[in-house]
Amino acid sequence: MTWIGAGLLLLVAVTGFGVVRTRDVTSQVIALSFYGVLMALVFFFFQAPDVALSQITVGAVALPLMVMLAISRMKFRTAARENKGERDA
Amino acid sequence: MREKVRTRVFFIFGGIFLFFFCYSAIDLPPWGSYRGPYGDVIARVSVYERHATDSVNAINYDYRAFDTLGEEFILFAAVLGVMMLLRRDEDESTRDVVKVEDRHPLSTTVRAAAMPAIALTVVFGFYIGLHGQLTPGGGFQAGVILASVPFLLYVCENTESFRRITSHTTVEAIEALGAGSYALIGLASLVLGMPFLSNFLPLGTTGGVFSSGTIALISACIGLEVTAAFLLVGYAYLEEIITGEIPED
Amino acid sequence: MPNALHLFPYFVSGWLFFCGLYGLVTSRHLVHSVMCLAVLQSSTYTLLLGIGYRVGGAAPIFADIPPGTVTVDPIVQALMLTDVVVEAVVVALLLAMVVKAHEKSGTVSPDELRTLRG
Repeated sequence: MTWIGAGLLLLVAVTGFGVVRTRDVTSQVIALSFYGVLMALVFFFFQAPDVALSQITVGAVALPLMVMLAISRMKFRTAARENKGERDA
Repeated sequence: MREKVRTRVFFIFGGIFLFFFCYSAIDLPPWGSYRGPYGDVIARVSVYERHATDSVNAINYDYRAFDTLGEEFILFAAVLGVMMLLRRDEDESTRDVVKVEDRHPLSTTVRAAAMPAIALTVVFGFYIGLHGQLTPGGGFQAGVILASVPFLLYVCENTESFRRITSHTTVEAIEALGAGSYALIGLASLVLGMPFLSNFLPLGTTGGVFSSGTIALISACIGLEVTAAFLLVGYAYLEEIITGEIPED
Repeated sequence: MPNALHLFPYFVSGWLFFCGLYGLVTSRHLVHSVMCLAVLQSSTYTLLLGIGYRVGGAAPIFADIPPGTVTVDPIVQALMLTDVVVEAVVVALLLAMVVKAHEKSGTVSPDELRTLRG
């Protein structure tokens, strides 16, 4: 267990805590993407390149993309509802 | 229960769990001393038996291909669930919403950088997908990479092209084709008198692109299915925003 | 008493599980809780990684090393691949449910969505 490996794992632990403590949802998506890249780095360091490739594509690209799509759809609905409320009022 | 009570109860029991977890982790075998034997057997044997140099993919698509079949059907069922939840009935009346206007126009840098990025991503996706049995990669990673290409188009405000690519019924057909052909490959080996999902194609030379029999074929099928699955999920989320119609409440 | 540095991956995995669970319990926004679920699932990756590692082992890709060298465990990596796929898929389905709940009731807070309405 080298010091680099221990340092990377410590970074993962701190970033995981940071992802959980971010309350604003849009900022948390960016934090989750960074966390995904960091996990991929850990996988790469511990001799698992296939899993690292999977984690980069899924955890840093596809997962934050889906969360952003869900957030934007909810915001669109709220804005449309407010628009309708304004027009009816 | 109220939030403060819930947090305090969680800390008590979470602390107990964490303490017992760390206490029992001490009794695990010394770190870094993997004892085998199955991993060593497969690492030694997979190149000669299957002519595939990537043993992780050889395990996923050949030795334990049945688990990967179940995983692909998890993906299929989840996409089915997303589309069922977010679909719009055809006979529901819709009303048009004024489209949300972006306040800042898109910078030319994004638009200029997107086209080379799209070309590079498509080529890279196909490369990763075709070389799954040789280097890290394979069908699933290639599927996700290729599925991100229409979203690059969407980022450049080219919503018409995005809509034409992802809402076409061909995408649904491609997903069903990918999932179904994996099962059909398994059934084909049953027809030939061998166990389900065993490798029956000629194995080829180690290191060539068309090697390792059904591993490359299954990898391609999974790539098709995953690409189509992510495109369908993306369009299910974005359909309202693109067309600008919301069903009446 | 084994060296504390050698137990570090298991401790990190337990800590990530604890963090994800804490985020789930104290969440005030459903999308926030879905992302804490992603952190929870990633704790299993570090645990599996720690189990399959062998000091001095190479990656189990034999494209440029002869097939007899000492490698880490490839089976555990195949399990982790499946795990990553299932994480993405579960998050997609959960987000669809969150979007639907927001449509029907207008709020995204789990405390206000408590009562089931038929």
